[in-house]
Amino acid sequence: MKISKLVQDIPPSGIRVFFELVLGMKDVISLGVGEPDFVTPWNIREKAIFSLEEGYTSYTSNKGMIELRREISRYLKNKYGMDYDPEEEILVTVGVSEGFDLAIRAITDRGDKVLIQEPTYVSYGPVATICGGRPVPVKTEPQNGFKITPGGIIGACDKKTKAIVLNYPNNPTGNSYSKKELKAIAAVVAKKNLTMVSDEIYCDLTYDFDHTPFPTLPGMKQRTIYLNGFSKAFAMTGWRIGYACGPKDVIAAMTKVHQYTMMCVPITSQMAAIEALKNGERSVAEMKREYKRRREFVISRLNEIGLCCHKPEGAFYAFPSIKKTGLSSLEFSSRLLKQEKVAVVPGTAFGASGEGYVRISYATGFDKLKEAMVRMERFLKSYIT
Amino acid sequence: MNEILEILEKDARTTPEEIARMTGIAPAAVRKEIKKLEKDGVILKYKAIVNKEISREDDSGVRALIEVRITPQKNLGFEHVAERIYQFPEVTSCYLMSGAYDLLVVVEGKSIHTVSNFVAEKLSPMENVRGTVTHFILKKYKEDGDILKQPERSKRPAITL
Repeated sequence: MKISKLVQDIPPSGIRVFFELVLGMKDVISLGVGEPDFVTPWNIREKAIFSLEEGYTSYTSNKGMIELRREISRYLKNKYGMDYDPEEEILVTVGVSEGFDLAIRAITDRGDKVLIQEPTYVSYGPVATICGGRPVPVKTEPQNGFKITPGGIIGACDKKTKAIVLNYPNNPTGNSYSKKELKAIAAVVAKKNLTMVSDEIYCDLTYDFDHTPFPTLPGMKQRTIYLNGFSKAFAMTGWRIGYACGPKDVIAAMTKVHQYTMMCVPITSQMAAIEALKNGERSVAEMKREYKRRREFVISRLNEIGLCCHKPEGAFYAFPSIKKTGLSSLEFSSRLLKQEKVAVVPGTAFGASGEGYVRISYATGFDKLKEAMVRMERFLKSYIT
Repeated sequence: MNEILEILEKDARTTPEEIARMTGIAPAAVRKEIKKLEKDGVILKYKAIVNKEISREDDSGVRALIEVRITPQKNLGFEHVAERIYQFPEVTSCYLMSGAYDLLVVVEGKSIHTVSNFVAEKLSPMENVRGTVTHFILKKYKEDGDILKQPERSKRPAITL
Protein backbone atom coordinates (compact mmCIF):
# COMPACT_ATOMS: atom_id res chain seq x y z
CA MET A 1 0.00 0.00 0.00
CA LYS A 2 1.22 3.49 -0.66
CA ILE A 3 2.08 5.22 2.59
CA SER A 4 1.52 8.96 2.87
CA LYS A 5 4.56 11.13 2.46
CA LEU A 6 3.94 12.78 5.81
CA VAL A 7 4.16 9.51 7.66
CA GLN A 8 6.98 8.18 5.49
CA ASP A 9 9.07 11.19 6.38
CA ILE A 10 8.91 10.54 10.10
CA PRO A 11 12.21 8.85 10.86
CA PRO A 12 11.98 5.47 12.57
CA SER A 13 13.29 5.29 16.10
CA GLY A 14 17.04 4.81 16.02
CA ILE A 15 17.14 2.53 19.01
CA ARG A 16 14.49 0.05 17.94
CA VAL A 17 17.21 -2.55 17.43
CA PHE A 18 18.44 -2.06 20.98
CA PHE A 19 14.88 -2.42 22.28
CA GLU A 20 14.45 -5.70 20.43
CA LEU A 21 17.69 -6.90 21.99
CA VAL A 22 16.38 -6.15 25.50
CA LEU A 23 13.00 -7.75 24.87
CA GLY A 24 14.61 -10.87 23.48
CA MET A 25 16.87 -11.45 26.46
CA LYS A 26 16.03 -13.39 29.58
CA ASP A 27 16.78 -12.55 33.22
CA VAL A 28 17.54 -8.92 32.51
CA ILE A 29 17.31 -6.42 35.35
CA SER A 30 15.55 -3.62 33.59
CA LEU A 31 16.16 -0.02 34.55
CA GLY A 32 14.60 0.92 31.25
CA VAL A 33 10.95 1.06 32.15
CA GLY A 34 9.02 4.30 31.89
CA GLU A 35 6.16 3.28 34.15
CA PRO A 36 5.63 2.53 37.85
CA ASP A 37 6.44 -0.95 39.13
CA PHE A 38 3.42 -0.73 41.40
CA VAL A 39 0.14 -2.24 40.30
CA THR A 40 -2.84 0.14 40.36
CA PRO A 41 -4.10 0.36 43.99
CA TRP A 42 -6.76 -2.25 44.67
CA ASN A 43 -9.57 0.15 45.56
CA ILE A 44 -9.25 1.63 42.07
CA ARG A 45 -9.20 -1.75 40.33
CA GLU A 46 -12.08 -2.98 42.46
CA LYS A 47 -14.16 0.07 41.56
CA ALA A 48 -13.59 -0.61 37.85
CA ILE A 49 -14.59 -4.26 38.23
CA PHE A 50 -17.71 -3.24 40.13
CA SER A 51 -18.65 -0.72 37.48
CA LEU A 52 -18.52 -3.49 34.86
CA GLU A 53 -20.68 -5.72 37.04
CA GLU A 54 -23.16 -2.87 37.38
CA GLY A 55 -23.30 -2.57 33.61
CA TYR A 56 -21.39 0.66 32.98
CA THR A 57 -20.38 -0.24 29.44
CA SER A 58 -21.67 2.66 27.37
CA TYR A 59 -20.21 5.73 25.71
CA THR A 60 -19.96 8.79 27.86
CA SER A 61 -20.10 12.49 27.15
CA ASN A 62 -17.34 13.36 24.66
CA LYS A 63 -15.60 15.51 27.22
CA GLY A 64 -15.71 12.76 29.81
CA MET A 65 -18.19 12.04 32.59
CA ILE A 66 -19.15 15.23 34.39
CA GLU A 67 -18.57 13.50 37.75
CA LEU A 68 -14.98 12.87 36.71
CA ARG A 69 -14.45 16.39 35.41
CA ARG A 70 -15.79 17.75 38.70
CA GLU A 71 -13.39 15.53 40.63
CA ILE A 72 -10.48 16.68 38.46
CA SER A 73 -11.46 20.31 39.03
CA ARG A 74 -11.71 19.76 42.78
CA TYR A 75 -8.39 17.89 42.90
CA LEU A 76 -6.51 20.62 41.01
CA LYS A 77 -8.09 23.27 43.19
CA ASN A 78 -7.28 21.55 46.48
CA LYS A 79 -3.82 20.43 45.58
CA TYR A 80 -2.48 23.29 43.48
CA GLY A 81 -4.98 26.13 43.84
CA MET A 82 -5.88 25.89 40.15
CA ASP A 83 -9.23 27.07 38.89
CA TYR A 84 -10.81 25.16 36.01
CA ASP A 85 -14.51 24.99 35.21
CA PRO A 86 -15.50 21.32 34.84
CA GLU A 87 -18.14 22.21 32.28
CA GLU A 88 -16.00 24.05 29.75
CA GLU A 89 -12.33 24.00 30.66
CA ILE A 90 -11.56 20.32 31.21
CA LEU A 91 -11.39 17.49 28.66
CA VAL A 92 -10.77 13.86 29.61
CA THR A 93 -8.29 12.30 27.18
CA VAL A 94 -6.75 8.93 26.38
CA GLY A 95 -3.66 9.69 28.44
CA VAL A 96 -1.47 12.74 28.04
CA SER A 97 -0.49 11.22 24.70
CA GLU A 98 -3.88 12.01 23.19
CA GLY A 99 -4.08 15.27 25.13
CA PHE A 100 -0.83 16.39 23.56
CA ASP A 101 -1.92 15.37 20.08
CA LEU A 102 -5.20 17.28 20.47
CA ALA A 103 -3.43 20.33 21.85
CA ILE A 104 -1.03 20.52 18.93
CA ARG A 105 -3.78 19.88 16.37
CA ALA A 106 -5.90 22.60 17.93
CA ILE A 107 -3.27 25.33 17.82
CA THR A 108 -0.97 24.53 14.90
CA ASP A 109 -1.33 25.64 11.31
CA ARG A 110 0.83 24.22 8.55
CA GLY A 111 4.40 25.33 9.04
CA ASP A 112 3.96 26.70 12.54
CA LYS A 113 6.97 26.07 14.70
CA VAL A 114 6.76 24.30 18.02
CA LEU A 115 9.69 24.58 20.42
CA ILE A 116 10.62 21.39 22.21
CA GLN A 117 13.23 21.14 24.94
CA GLU A 118 15.84 18.50 24.30
CA PRO A 119 16.54 15.85 25.61
CA THR A 120 12.86 15.20 25.21
CA TYR A 121 10.20 12.58 25.59
CA VAL A 122 9.98 10.85 22.22
CA SER A 123 6.46 11.75 21.10
CA TYR A 124 6.42 15.53 20.96
CA GLY A 125 8.40 16.06 17.78
CA PRO A 126 6.72 13.39 15.62
CA VAL A 127 3.25 14.49 16.78
CA ALA A 128 4.02 18.09 15.87
CA THR A 129 5.12 16.89 12.43
CA ILE A 130 2.00 14.76 11.94
CA CYS A 131 -0.10 17.80 12.80
CA GLY A 132 1.62 19.79 10.06
CA GLY A 133 3.79 21.79 12.42
CA ARG A 134 7.56 22.02 12.55
CA PRO A 135 9.22 20.84 15.72
CA VAL A 136 12.24 22.91 16.73
CA PRO A 137 14.50 21.28 19.29
CA VAL A 138 15.84 23.63 21.94
CA LYS A 139 19.01 22.11 23.28
CA THR A 140 19.56 22.29 27.01
CA GLU A 141 22.86 22.08 28.85
CA PRO A 142 23.88 19.59 31.52
CA GLN A 143 25.42 22.40 33.58
CA ASN A 144 21.92 23.95 33.76
CA GLY A 145 20.51 20.59 34.79
CA PHE A 146 19.11 20.17 31.26
CA LYS A 147 16.63 22.94 31.89
CA ILE A 148 15.34 25.23 29.21
CA THR A 149 16.33 28.86 29.80
CA PRO A 150 14.68 32.13 28.77
CA GLY A 151 17.71 32.82 26.59
CA GLY A 152 17.35 29.44 24.91
CA ILE A 153 13.72 30.15 24.10
CA ILE A 154 14.43 33.61 22.70
CA GLY A 155 17.26 32.22 20.60
CA ALA A 156 15.02 29.58 19.06
CA CYS A 157 12.05 31.87 18.32
CA ASP A 158 11.20 33.44 15.01
CA LYS A 159 8.02 34.81 13.45
CA LYS A 160 6.64 31.32 12.79
CA THR A 161 7.04 30.13 16.38
CA LYS A 162 3.65 29.35 17.77
CA ALA A 163 4.07 27.24 20.84
CA ILE A 164 6.47 25.74 23.31
CA VAL A 165 6.28 22.36 24.99
CA LEU A 166 7.47 21.97 28.54
CA ASN A 167 7.57 18.70 30.45
CA TYR A 168 8.37 18.86 34.15
CA PRO A 169 9.27 16.89 36.17
CA ASN A 170 11.01 15.69 33.07
CA ASN A 171 11.26 12.42 31.27
CA PRO A 172 14.14 11.52 30.72
CA THR A 173 16.20 13.80 33.00
CA GLY A 174 14.02 13.77 36.13
CA ASN A 175 14.57 17.50 36.48
CA SER A 176 11.95 20.00 37.43
CA TYR A 177 11.68 23.78 37.71
CA SER A 178 11.36 25.99 40.73
CA LYS A 179 8.72 28.71 40.76
CA LYS A 180 11.39 31.31 40.15
CA GLU A 181 12.70 29.52 37.07
CA LEU A 182 9.17 29.12 35.75
CA LYS A 183 8.42 32.82 36.23
CA ALA A 184 11.39 33.67 34.04
CA ILE A 185 10.11 31.31 31.35
CA ALA A 186 6.60 32.73 31.68
CA ALA A 187 7.92 36.22 31.03
CA VAL A 188 9.44 35.10 27.72
CA VAL A 189 6.33 33.15 26.76
CA ALA A 190 4.28 36.31 27.21
CA LYS A 191 6.79 38.51 25.42
CA LYS A 192 7.01 36.20 22.40
CA ASN A 193 3.25 35.63 22.41
CA LEU A 194 3.59 31.85 22.61
CA THR A 195 1.16 29.15 23.68
CA MET A 196 2.52 26.89 26.40
CA VAL A 197 1.74 23.20 26.21
CA SER A 198 2.71 21.97 29.65
CA ASP A 199 2.97 18.22 30.21
CA GLU A 200 2.94 17.82 33.99
CA ILE A 201 2.18 14.11 34.19
CA TYR A 202 4.89 13.59 36.83
CA CYS A 203 3.83 16.57 39.00
CA ASP A 204 2.78 14.47 41.99
CA LEU A 205 6.26 12.96 42.05
CA THR A 206 8.18 16.11 42.99
CA TYR A 207 10.48 15.56 45.93
CA ASP A 208 12.39 18.64 46.98
CA PHE A 209 9.94 21.51 46.60
CA ASP A 210 6.29 22.14 45.82
CA HIS A 211 5.38 21.67 42.20
CA THR A 212 4.20 24.86 40.49
CA PRO A 213 1.73 24.22 37.67
CA PHE A 214 2.43 26.53 34.74
CA PRO A 215 -1.13 27.94 34.53
CA THR A 216 -0.85 29.23 38.11
CA LEU A 217 1.84 31.71 37.12
CA PRO A 218 0.58 35.28 36.65
CA GLY A 219 -1.07 35.73 33.26
CA MET A 220 -0.32 32.17 32.13
CA LYS A 221 -3.71 30.48 32.51
CA GLN A 222 -4.91 32.09 29.29
CA ARG A 223 -1.79 30.95 27.41
CA THR A 224 -1.45 27.40 28.71
CA ILE A 225 -2.79 24.02 27.77
CA TYR A 226 -2.22 22.00 30.91
CA LEU A 227 -1.84 18.24 30.46
CA ASN A 228 -1.98 15.72 33.25
CA GLY A 229 -3.23 12.23 33.92
CA PHE A 230 -3.38 9.20 36.14
CA SER A 231 -0.59 7.02 34.76
CA LYS A 232 2.34 7.91 36.95
CA ALA A 233 1.00 9.07 40.30
CA PHE A 234 -1.74 6.44 40.53
CA ALA A 235 0.19 3.71 38.69
CA MET A 236 -2.49 3.55 35.97
CA THR A 237 -0.48 3.53 32.73
CA GLY A 238 -2.48 0.74 31.07
CA TRP A 239 -5.81 2.47 31.71
CA ARG A 240 -4.88 5.19 29.23
CA ILE A 241 -6.57 8.13 30.88
CA GLY A 242 -5.55 11.72 31.38
CA TYR A 243 -6.96 15.20 30.98
CA ALA A 244 -6.36 18.55 29.39
CA CYS A 245 -7.27 21.89 30.95
CA GLY A 246 -7.23 25.26 29.29
CA PRO A 247 -9.20 28.30 28.19
CA LYS A 248 -12.64 27.27 26.98
CA ASP A 249 -12.04 28.13 23.32
CA VAL A 250 -9.07 25.79 23.06
CA ILE A 251 -10.80 23.02 25.05
CA ALA A 252 -13.78 23.36 22.69
CA ALA A 253 -11.43 23.03 19.70
CA MET A 254 -9.71 20.00 21.19
CA THR A 255 -13.08 18.45 22.03
CA LYS A 256 -14.12 18.85 18.39
CA VAL A 257 -11.15 16.75 17.22
CA HIS A 258 -11.53 14.30 20.10
CA GLN A 259 -15.21 13.65 19.36
CA TYR A 260 -14.47 12.74 15.75
CA THR A 261 -11.34 10.68 16.36
CA MET A 262 -11.77 9.12 19.79
CA MET A 263 -15.40 9.79 20.74
CA CYS A 264 -14.69 9.35 24.43
CA VAL A 265 -12.36 7.68 26.89
CA PRO A 266 -13.41 4.13 27.86
CA ILE A 267 -15.98 4.36 30.64
CA THR A 268 -14.24 1.75 32.80
CA SER A 269 -11.12 3.89 32.93
CA GLN A 270 -13.22 6.92 33.80
CA MET A 271 -14.91 5.09 36.67
CA ALA A 272 -11.49 4.01 37.95
CA ALA A 273 -10.20 7.57 37.68
CA ILE A 274 -13.07 8.92 39.80
CA GLU A 275 -12.14 6.46 42.54
CA ALA A 276 -8.46 7.39 42.20
CA LEU A 277 -9.22 11.06 42.82
CA LYS A 278 -11.68 10.39 45.62
CA ASN A 279 -9.71 7.81 47.58
CA GLY A 280 -6.24 7.51 46.12
CA GLU A 281 -4.29 10.10 48.04
CA ARG A 282 -2.84 7.70 50.58
CA SER A 283 -1.54 5.32 47.93
CA VAL A 284 0.05 8.19 46.03
CA ALA A 285 1.81 9.42 49.16
CA GLU A 286 3.08 5.93 49.95
CA MET A 287 4.44 5.35 46.46
CA LYS A 288 6.05 8.77 46.47
CA ARG A 289 7.89 8.07 49.72
CA GLU A 290 9.16 4.82 48.25
CA TYR A 291 10.35 6.51 45.03
CA LYS A 292 12.11 9.19 47.02
CA ARG A 293 14.09 6.60 48.97
CA ARG A 294 15.04 4.81 45.81
CA ARG A 295 16.15 8.10 44.29
CA GLU A 296 18.47 8.84 47.20
CA PHE A 297 19.87 5.33 47.00
CA VAL A 298 20.41 5.25 43.24
CA ILE A 299 21.91 8.73 42.95
CA SER A 300 24.29 8.09 45.78
CA ARG A 301 25.38 4.76 44.30
CA LEU A 302 25.72 6.11 40.75
CA ASN A 303 28.03 8.88 41.89
CA GLU A 304 29.99 6.43 43.98
CA ILE A 305 30.61 4.00 41.12
CA GLY A 306 31.81 6.82 38.90
CA LEU A 307 28.75 7.89 36.91
CA CYS A 308 28.36 11.55 37.63
CA CYS A 309 24.71 12.33 38.21
CA HIS A 310 22.88 15.44 39.37
CA LYS A 311 20.02 14.83 41.78
CA PRO A 312 16.76 14.82 39.82
CA GLU A 313 13.95 16.72 41.51
CA GLY A 314 11.09 14.53 40.35
CA ALA A 315 9.67 11.67 38.27
CA PHE A 316 11.51 8.34 38.65
CA TYR A 317 14.49 8.83 36.38
CA ALA A 318 18.18 9.47 36.82
CA PHE A 319 20.19 10.73 33.86
CA PRO A 320 23.86 10.11 34.59
CA SER A 321 26.76 11.02 32.34
CA ILE A 322 28.69 8.08 30.90
CA LYS A 323 31.27 10.26 29.15
CA LYS A 324 34.09 8.98 31.35
CA THR A 325 33.81 5.56 29.74
CA GLY A 326 34.58 6.95 26.30
CA LEU A 327 31.64 4.98 24.91
CA SER A 328 28.65 6.32 23.05
CA SER A 329 25.30 6.03 24.82
CA LEU A 330 24.21 3.21 22.55
CA GLU A 331 27.50 1.32 22.90
CA PHE A 332 27.43 1.72 26.66
CA SER A 333 23.85 0.44 26.87
CA SER A 334 24.46 -2.49 24.51
CA ARG A 335 27.61 -3.63 26.29
CA LEU A 336 26.06 -3.25 29.72
CA LEU A 337 23.15 -5.35 28.55
CA LYS A 338 25.32 -8.09 27.06
CA GLN A 339 27.96 -8.18 29.80
CA GLU A 340 25.85 -7.70 32.90
CA LYS A 341 22.25 -8.08 31.77
CA VAL A 342 21.22 -4.65 32.98
CA ALA A 343 19.01 -2.62 30.65
CA VAL A 344 19.16 1.19 30.55
CA VAL A 345 17.97 3.53 27.82
CA PRO A 346 20.60 5.31 25.70
CA GLY A 347 20.27 9.08 26.07
CA THR A 348 20.15 9.46 22.30
CA ALA A 349 16.66 7.91 22.35
CA PHE A 350 15.62 11.35 23.61
CA GLY A 351 17.38 13.41 20.95
CA ALA A 352 20.92 14.08 19.82
CA SER A 353 21.72 16.11 22.93
CA GLY A 354 21.23 12.98 25.04
CA GLU A 355 24.54 11.62 23.73
CA GLY A 356 26.89 10.86 26.60
CA TYR A 357 24.01 10.05 28.97
CA VAL A 358 21.73 7.16 29.79
CA ARG A 359 18.31 7.12 31.40
CA ILE A 360 17.95 4.97 34.48
CA SER A 361 14.47 4.33 35.80
CA TYR A 362 14.24 3.63 39.51
CA ALA A 363 10.64 2.46 39.25
CA THR A 364 11.90 -0.97 40.27
CA GLY A 365 12.08 -2.77 43.60
CA PHE A 366 15.03 -2.24 45.94
CA ASP A 367 16.41 -5.75 45.58
CA LYS A 368 16.76 -5.25 41.85
CA LEU A 369 18.15 -1.74 42.18
CA LYS A 370 20.83 -2.95 44.59
CA GLU A 371 21.83 -5.82 42.34
CA ALA A 372 21.81 -3.60 39.25
CA MET A 373 24.19 -1.16 40.93
CA VAL A 374 26.56 -3.99 41.85
CA ARG A 375 26.57 -5.17 38.25
CA MET A 376 27.07 -1.67 36.89
CA GLU A 377 29.95 -1.11 39.26
CA ARG A 378 31.64 -4.28 38.00
CA PHE A 379 31.00 -3.23 34.42
CA LEU A 380 32.43 0.23 34.93
CA LYS A 381 35.65 -1.02 36.47
CA SER A 382 36.71 -2.23 33.03
CA TYR A 383 36.13 1.23 31.54
CA ILE A 384 36.97 3.78 34.19
CA THR A 385 40.45 3.60 35.60
CA MET B 1 6.64 7.52 61.81
CA ASN B 2 10.32 6.80 62.19
CA GLU B 3 11.59 6.32 58.64
CA ILE B 4 14.25 3.81 59.68
CA LEU B 5 11.53 1.65 61.22
CA GLU B 6 9.40 1.94 58.13
CA ILE B 7 12.26 0.71 55.95
CA LEU B 8 13.14 -2.17 58.27
CA GLU B 9 9.52 -3.23 58.56
CA LYS B 10 9.49 -3.62 54.78
CA ASP B 11 12.81 -5.44 54.61
CA ALA B 12 14.73 -6.25 57.78
CA ARG B 13 17.82 -7.12 55.75
CA THR B 14 18.35 -3.54 54.65
CA THR B 15 21.78 -2.61 55.98
CA PRO B 16 22.46 0.59 57.94
CA GLU B 17 24.59 1.75 54.99
CA GLU B 18 21.69 1.26 52.60
CA ILE B 19 19.28 3.01 54.94
CA ALA B 20 21.76 5.87 55.16
CA ARG B 21 21.75 6.18 51.37
CA MET B 22 17.96 6.07 51.17
CA THR B 23 17.36 8.69 53.82
CA GLY B 24 20.40 10.93 53.69
CA ILE B 25 21.04 10.27 57.40
CA ALA B 26 24.71 9.52 58.24
CA PRO B 27 25.49 5.78 58.52
CA ALA B 28 26.78 6.19 62.07
CA ALA B 29 23.55 7.92 63.10
CA VAL B 30 21.47 5.15 61.51
CA ARG B 31 23.44 2.48 63.39
CA LYS B 32 23.03 4.41 66.61
CA GLU B 33 19.28 4.80 66.11
CA ILE B 34 18.84 1.09 65.35
CA LYS B 35 20.82 0.18 68.46
CA LYS B 36 18.56 2.43 70.48
CA LEU B 37 15.40 0.95 68.98
CA GLU B 38 16.68 -2.53 69.78
CA LYS B 39 17.68 -1.56 73.32
CA ASP B 40 14.30 0.06 73.99
CA GLY B 41 12.57 -3.05 72.69
CA VAL B 42 10.87 -1.17 69.85
CA ILE B 43 12.58 -3.59 67.51
CA LEU B 44 12.06 -6.96 69.15
CA LYS B 45 13.76 -9.22 66.65
CA TYR B 46 14.37 -9.85 62.95
CA LYS B 47 12.93 -12.92 61.27
CA ALA B 48 11.86 -14.27 57.90
CA ILE B 49 8.22 -14.48 56.91
CA VAL B 50 7.72 -18.10 55.89
CA ASN B 51 4.79 -19.03 53.72
CA LYS B 52 3.72 -22.24 55.41
CA GLU B 53 1.00 -22.66 52.84
CA ILE B 54 3.64 -23.77 50.34
CA SER B 55 6.65 -24.73 52.47
CA ARG B 56 5.40 -28.33 52.88
CA GLU B 57 8.04 -28.98 55.49
CA ASP B 58 6.17 -31.16 57.99
CA ASP B 59 2.87 -30.58 56.25
CA SER B 60 3.16 -27.43 58.30
CA GLY B 61 0.72 -28.50 61.02
CA VAL B 62 -2.62 -26.94 61.90
CA ARG B 63 -3.63 -23.67 63.42
CA ALA B 64 -6.70 -22.70 65.35
CA LEU B 65 -8.23 -19.50 66.64
CA ILE B 66 -9.66 -20.04 70.09
CA GLU B 67 -12.10 -17.70 71.71
CA VAL B 68 -11.63 -17.79 75.45
CA ARG B 69 -14.05 -16.38 78.01
CA ILE B 70 -12.50 -15.78 81.41
CA THR B 71 -13.45 -14.50 84.83
CA PRO B 72 -11.23 -11.53 85.60
CA GLN B 73 -9.40 -11.74 88.88
CA LYS B 74 -9.58 -9.08 91.53
CA ASN B 75 -6.74 -6.54 91.18
CA LEU B 76 -5.20 -8.52 88.35
CA GLY B 77 -7.83 -8.17 85.63
CA PHE B 78 -7.11 -10.32 82.62
CA GLU B 79 -3.35 -9.97 82.70
CA HIS B 80 -2.64 -12.87 84.96
CA VAL B 81 -4.76 -15.40 83.07
CA ALA B 82 -3.46 -14.12 79.74
CA GLU B 83 0.09 -14.62 80.92
CA ARG B 84 -0.61 -18.16 82.02
CA ILE B 85 -1.99 -18.88 78.58
CA TYR B 86 0.54 -17.15 76.34
CA GLN B 87 3.51 -18.79 78.04
CA PHE B 88 2.63 -22.07 76.33
CA PRO B 89 4.82 -22.50 73.26
CA GLU B 90 1.82 -23.76 71.28
CA VAL B 91 0.31 -20.29 71.55
CA THR B 92 1.56 -18.14 68.67
CA SER B 93 -0.59 -15.07 69.32
CA CYS B 94 -2.80 -13.85 72.13
CA TYR B 95 -5.05 -10.79 72.14
CA LEU B 96 -7.44 -9.21 74.64
CA MET B 97 -10.68 -8.49 72.81
CA SER B 98 -13.78 -6.40 73.20
CA GLY B 99 -17.11 -8.11 72.57
CA ALA B 100 -18.51 -11.56 73.25
CA TYR B 101 -15.33 -13.16 74.53
CA ASP B 102 -12.16 -11.97 76.25
CA LEU B 103 -9.03 -13.53 74.79
CA LEU B 104 -8.35 -14.57 71.23
CA VAL B 105 -5.66 -17.22 71.30
CA VAL B 106 -3.94 -18.56 68.21
CA VAL B 107 -2.60 -22.05 68.68
CA GLU B 108 -0.35 -24.05 66.40
CA GLY B 109 0.08 -27.83 66.57
CA LYS B 110 1.14 -30.84 64.55
CA SER B 111 -2.40 -32.15 64.08
CA ILE B 112 -6.00 -31.48 65.00
CA HIS B 113 -5.41 -33.94 67.78
CA THR B 114 -2.56 -31.98 69.34
CA VAL B 115 -4.58 -28.79 69.27
CA SER B 116 -7.65 -30.48 70.73
CA ASN B 117 -5.53 -31.95 73.47
CA PHE B 118 -4.10 -28.57 74.26
CA VAL B 119 -7.60 -27.10 74.58
CA ALA B 120 -8.97 -30.01 76.55
CA GLU B 121 -6.05 -30.54 78.88
CA LYS B 122 -4.38 -27.18 79.30
CA LEU B 123 -6.73 -24.37 78.37
CA SER B 124 -10.23 -25.42 79.47
CA PRO B 125 -9.37 -26.76 82.91
CA MET B 126 -7.52 -23.59 83.78
CA GLU B 127 -8.93 -21.73 86.75
CA ASN B 128 -10.97 -18.68 85.66
CA VAL B 129 -11.47 -19.95 82.11
CA ARG B 130 -15.23 -20.08 81.70
CA GLY B 131 -15.42 -21.47 78.20
CA THR B 132 -13.71 -21.84 74.84
CA VAL B 133 -14.76 -21.96 71.20
CA THR B 134 -12.20 -23.42 68.79
CA HIS B 135 -12.06 -22.52 65.10
CA PHE B 136 -9.60 -24.40 62.94
CA ILE B 137 -8.00 -22.39 60.18
CA LEU B 138 -8.50 -24.00 56.78
CA LYS B 139 -6.35 -21.70 54.69
CA LYS B 140 -4.40 -18.50 55.13
CA TYR B 141 -4.60 -15.99 52.33
CA LYS B 142 -2.90 -13.00 53.86
CA GLU B 143 -1.03 -12.45 57.09
CA ASP B 144 0.30 -9.20 58.55
CA GLY B 145 0.10 -7.44 55.22
CA ASP B 146 1.69 -10.19 53.17
CA ILE B 147 -0.32 -12.12 50.62
CA LEU B 148 0.60 -15.79 50.92
CA LYS B 149 1.17 -16.53 47.27
CA GLN B 150 4.20 -17.08 45.17
CA PRO B 151 5.47 -13.72 43.96
CA GLU B 152 4.07 -12.97 40.54
CA ARG B 153 6.24 -12.04 37.63
CA SER B 154 6.10 -8.45 36.55
CA LYS B 155 3.68 -7.89 33.70
CA ARG B 156 5.46 -4.77 32.44
CA PRO B 157 7.41 -4.82 29.20
CA ALA B 158 11.15 -4.76 29.98
CA ILE B 159 11.70 -1.44 28.27
CA THR B 160 9.44 1.52 27.50
CA LEU B 161 10.00 5.22 26.95
